[in-house]
Order: sequence, then C-alpha cells, then structure tokens
Amino acid sequence: MNAEKTKIEIPVMADLSAKGIKPEYLFWVGCAGAFDDRYKKVAKAFAKILSHLEISYAVLGVEESCTGDPARRAGNEMLFQMQALSNIEVLKKYDVKKILTICPHCYNIFKNEYPDLGGCYEVIHYTQFFNKLINEGKLEINSDKFKDKKITFHDPCYLGRMNNEYKAPRKVLNEISSKKVEMKRNKSFALCCGAGGAQMFKEAEKGDKEIFIERIEEALETKADIIATACPFCMTMLTDGLKYKNKEEEIFNYDIIELVAEALGL
Amino acid sequence: MLKQIIFIITLLVTIGVFAYSVSKIIALLKLTKKAYPIKDIWKRIIMTVKVAFFQSKIFRRPVIGFMHALVFWGFLVICIGSVEIVFDGVLGTERIFAKSGLLYDIITASGDIFGLLVLISVVVFLIRRVFMHVKRFHGIEMKKKFHTDANISLSIILLLMISLLSMNSSYIAYTPSYDITGTYPVSIFIAPYFHNMDFSVIYTINQISWWMHILLVFFFANYLPYSKHFHVFMSIPNVFVSRLESLGKLPIMENVTKEVKLMLNPQTAYSSPAETDAAPSRFGVKDVEDGTWKNFADSLSCTQCGRCTSVCPANITGKKLSPRKILIDFRARMKEKGKHLLKDKNYNDNKFLLRDFISEEEIWACTTCNACAKECPVNINHPTLIVDLRRYLVMEEAKAPSGLNAIFANIENNGAPWQFSPQDRLLWANELYIKNSLKFKV
Repeated sequence: MNAEKTKIEIPVMADLSAKGIKPEYLFWVGCAGAFDDRYKKVAKAFAKILSHLEISYAVLGVEESCTGDPARRAGNEMLFQMQALSNIEVLKKYDVKKILTICPHCYNIFKNEYPDLGGCYEVIHYTQFFNKLINEGKLEINSDKFKDKKITFHDPCYLGRMNNEYKAPRKVLNEISSKKVEMKRNKSFALCCGAGGAQMFKEAEKGDKEIFIERIEEALETKADIIATACPFCMTMLTDGLKYKNKEEEIFNYDIIELVAEALGL
Repeated sequence: MLKQIIFIITLLVTIGVFAYSVSKIIALLKLTKKAYPIKDIWKRIIMTVKVAFFQSKIFRRPVIGFMHALVFWGFLVICIGSVEIVFDGVLGTERIFAKSGLLYDIITASGDIFGLLVLISVVVFLIRRVFMHVKRFHGIEMKKKFHTDANISLSIILLLMISLLSMNSSYIAYTPSYDITGTYPVSIFIAPYFHNMDFSVIYTINQISWWMHILLVFFFANYLPYSKHFHVFMSIPNVFVSRLESLGKLPIMENVTKEVKLMLNPQTAYSSPAETDAAPSRFGVKDVEDGTWKNFADSLSCTQCGRCTSVCPANITGKKLSPRKILIDFRARMKEKGKHLLKDKNYNDNKFLLRDFISEEEIWACTTCNACAKECPVNINHPTLIVDLRRYLVMEEAKAPSGLNAIFANIENNGAPWQFSPQDRLLWANELYIKNSLKFKV
C-alpha cells in the first residue's frame, strides 16, 4: 500500500456560508473533541471518516461553544440557558437542520433539551450515523484488523439509559470484531463511569471507592483486549481506571470512532 | 339485620376516615409547584398498562419480581371478591355475584388460586425481610420504624390471604356440593380438613373468616395512607402521570428563560430590572413547598424497595447519596411541615429539606446517570429533584464545589469547561492527513 497522504481541510460553516454552500450536517465537535488531548484524536479520526465517506459536513470552529450540559447538571440553569440561547442563534444563522455529535452529552442536550428553548434539530449520535451507513451499504468495514481482539463496550448513560440507544454501537462493533463480550452490567443496567452530571470536573465525595474503579474492574473481568467507549468522559474515566490497575500496556480503551477509522486504514 | 347494620356502620367509618386522609394529602399536594400538564392520554394508558399492569420494570429482577407480580395481580383479582363482600354486607345477601355464572367461576377460581400464590409470596417476602440480610433493605435511611411498617403490611396481607382461604374452604365444607357457587381449585383441597367438625362450628369459622377478611381490608385501607405501603394506592396513578419524555431531559426553568432573554437582548441588557409585583419565586428546591406535585406524588408512591439505591453508582461505591433517601426525606419533611403550612403559608421552623434532611454532600455525589429512575418500578424520577436541589444551591446561594465554580467561570468566559481560548477551538484540525491509498467511495 502507498503511504501517500492527503491533507484534510476541515470545512468550516462560516467559510462555506460565504461561498453559498450549505452542508448537510453540522459536525458538533464538543469541548472534549476540541480541547481534551486524548479526545482530539477521536475528533480527528471522525473527521477522517467523514472525509473518507465524502459526507457533506462542516464544523462551527471558533463559533462553537459549550452546549451547557455540565453547567445544567450542576444546577446552573442560568448559564445553561445563556449558552443554549446563543448557540441556537448561531445554528439559526447557518440554518442547521442536522447535527452529528460524537459526545453523548451534546447529543442528549440537543435532542431533548434545546427544543424547550426553540432549537429543534435532527440530532444524530455518530454510532447511529455509522449504523445507518452500514445498513445502507455505504460504510463497509472489511478488515480483520481487530478480528482476534475481544472487545467489550461500555454504554454511556447519556446514550443508553437516557436515549435508549443500545443497538447502534453494538452493531458497529459487530462489523469490527466477532469476539464481543458484555460486561455483567450492560445496556440499561450499565454502571455509570462516574463522570456524568458534571462529576468529571470535581472531586468525588467521600466513599469507599471511586466509581471508575468499580467499572474498570467489571470491564477487566470480561478479559477483553479492548474496552470500547463512545463518550469523551467515559474515556477519561476508564483510561484512568486502566492506569490505576496498571493495565494500560495490555488493555486498551478506544472510542468506537478510532476502531472504525483504524479498521478502514485511515 | 344486625349484621347489616354493624357492617354499614363499619363501612361508613372506613370511608369517612379514608376520605379524611385523602383530603389531607390533596391539600398538601396543593402546596406544591406545578410540574407539567398531563397530555397524551393514550400514550399514558399504554405506559400504565406496560409498567403497572404488566410490571415491566419489576421484572428487571426476574425472580423476586415475578413474586411481586403475583401479589399485584392477585391483589387486582381479590379486589373483585372484596367488592362482592361489601355488597353482601350492605344488602345482607350471600355471594351476590354468583348469578354471573361462568364469570363467577373465573373470578372465584382466580381469587382462590391467587390467594395461595400471594400467601406463598408474602411468606417468602417476610422471610427475606426478617431472616435474610438483603442489602437493599438496609441503608442509613432505613430506620427501624420502616422495617416495622414493612412487616406490618406484609403480615396484614398474609392474614388477608389466610382469612380468604379459610372463608372459601369452610364455605365448601358446610355447603352441600350441589349448592356451591363458584370454583375453588385451592380451597377444595383444604375443605376436607373440616370433615369431623360440627356444621355450626364450620359455619362460625366461615363467618369469622368473612368478618376478619373484610375488617382487615378496611383497616389496611386506612393504615396505608400513613405507611410506606401507600404505594398500593399511589403506584398506578403515579405511573400514569409520570413523564413521557426521555430520562435525559431536565425540566426547563421558565422563570430563568425570561431573565436570560432580557440579558441577551441588547436593548434591555443594561436597563434596571423590571419591577414586578409578585415576590420572585425561589430558584430550585430548598424545601418541600418548592418541589412539584410530582415530587410529592413520587414520595408517596415510594415503597422503599431500594432498587434505586442498589443500582446507584455513588451508593455502590460508599458515598452518602441514596436516591431512596431523597424520596423518604421529602415525604417526611412534608409530613412535618405541611400541616403547619396549611394553616400559615409563611410558616417557618428554621428547618429545610436541604441540609436538615438532605445534605449537600448527598446531592453533589449524583452522576445523573439515571440508573435509579430507570430502575424504579413506579416511575419515580429522583435525578430531577436532585438537580432542583442543586439549582437552589447554585443559583440562590452560589454554593457549589470549587471544581464546579471553576467550570462555570470557564464556560461563561471562554465557552468550554476548561480554560482554553475559544479562538483555539479548531486547533485539533491542524495537520490532519488521510491516507489516500484507499479507494474513496461516493
């Protein structure tokens, strides 16, 4: 195979708009995709996949701002609504109809909470997007890259329990590996990673154990080689868990996006 | 005749006391804030059939859930029998529904079978409560009186089933077989044990059982409003009025929207706040009267089964938070303060739901993962109440853990929970290459 590379220019809404182009999807990168060192890799991998599939999309770039999810869950309704109302203005400016999110928290808030403030969109989590493309035959992952890898999937609360999406991530993973294994608590019974509700940004209250340790122990019990996640916060927590257990050299925590990009050889 | 008079008086007393209890609860409900309108009746009926009548959430724990389902279905069937007893008691008739023929056979047979199934289940429940250490029945909120309450409720149900079966079997024993109305697949096997007794003795046993059964029903109905077992009445309505929206949705605060819109509008942003006649309502929940009717209905529907707490990640890892406690505290505080509030709207005992009942430590431990709400068999929503308590702390007292104050400042100043310049939002996309050796598909 050729190692030739092409540089990808990420399409930005403002630029496209100036040229009179209206992309089909807005790729909402999210704060973690933009700023978290680990999750930036996931955002990059997603952009590669979108380019590979020639999806008509754009990002907001500097015009993107926090959806307000952590503020809202932490009780700061005022700040949430300020963020939401100004985001809705930006989205209105570009007449955004479809939003692709990689973070389930962004997904949930756009889907369920922005409509209360007048922001109604078709909101798609990337696992649903991939699943749809697979069903339509537009995304084919014929790779045995992870064929021998045992993969377990950690359900993000904001995708699973709160939006009943358990199938899409599993169907995408089916394309990647046939050796999938479930944790004891999975799907609607899945244990939280411990980061939701703005816990990510504060010290945990006093207890016997950190939640992410409880969860990583359960993940390790499956003897999986890869712990797949679909949420930036879950990734932070579970990667921390692997480090805590000194397993980060043997067992890897990847986002499903990374697995797909890798399987596609991007 | 005397029997009828005594019965009618007992019935009237029962109804009177029950109506008094219910009217008090309705008055307390009126103290609470509005939540959401009850629309989409069909969707609600479907949800109620699924969650309540088919016990869909109870079955998330299949074995013990099945036993609960038996008790619930038994309760529904046996209720029909109780209605018959009330008619018989008032009118002085005997088995007034017997004329319904085959239907009567079905009602009596299922009542009789369920009598035994409920009895077995309740014995298992009592053994679990008294002799086995089931973790979810314990916790800081589970005071001794709640265990006593549970055991009393279960014992009453046990006695109800014993009296039902002895009523049916003695009826078979003293009635010539050609005169028996209804079908009793279980009692028919108990009846032979009466064979060496005198007719009058059997009849007396039957009458005692009949009275015992219906008096227990009357007593239980009036015990329930003061018991955690009030869920017998509350759970079906509570499921019916529960939110249809995704668990991920928090209710919007409309009073905040008004203020935010004023702030974001350049014309009003710098003017002085508009004068309003009404005192501004409190943001969030500090005490029970700040809660919604649904919070109170939830607290009345909770039977302290502890399924919520048993799946709470914070609780599992030893934090103080227990979702069940939030509901128990809400009900306890309403019981304590509500009666005074009814007399004096401005009643203040210098105690509050927040801090005097629920500590800050508890509410900040929640990850809003909604495992509790997903698990609750009667669709109680704990996280919305927890977030409402946070809303009070943050918006009224500006009290949040330091990490959260930092993200508030960051989001406000640079639009991200971390301290990065918004101008750097697209840096991740620099130097992004894709291998072009792949065949690109359209």
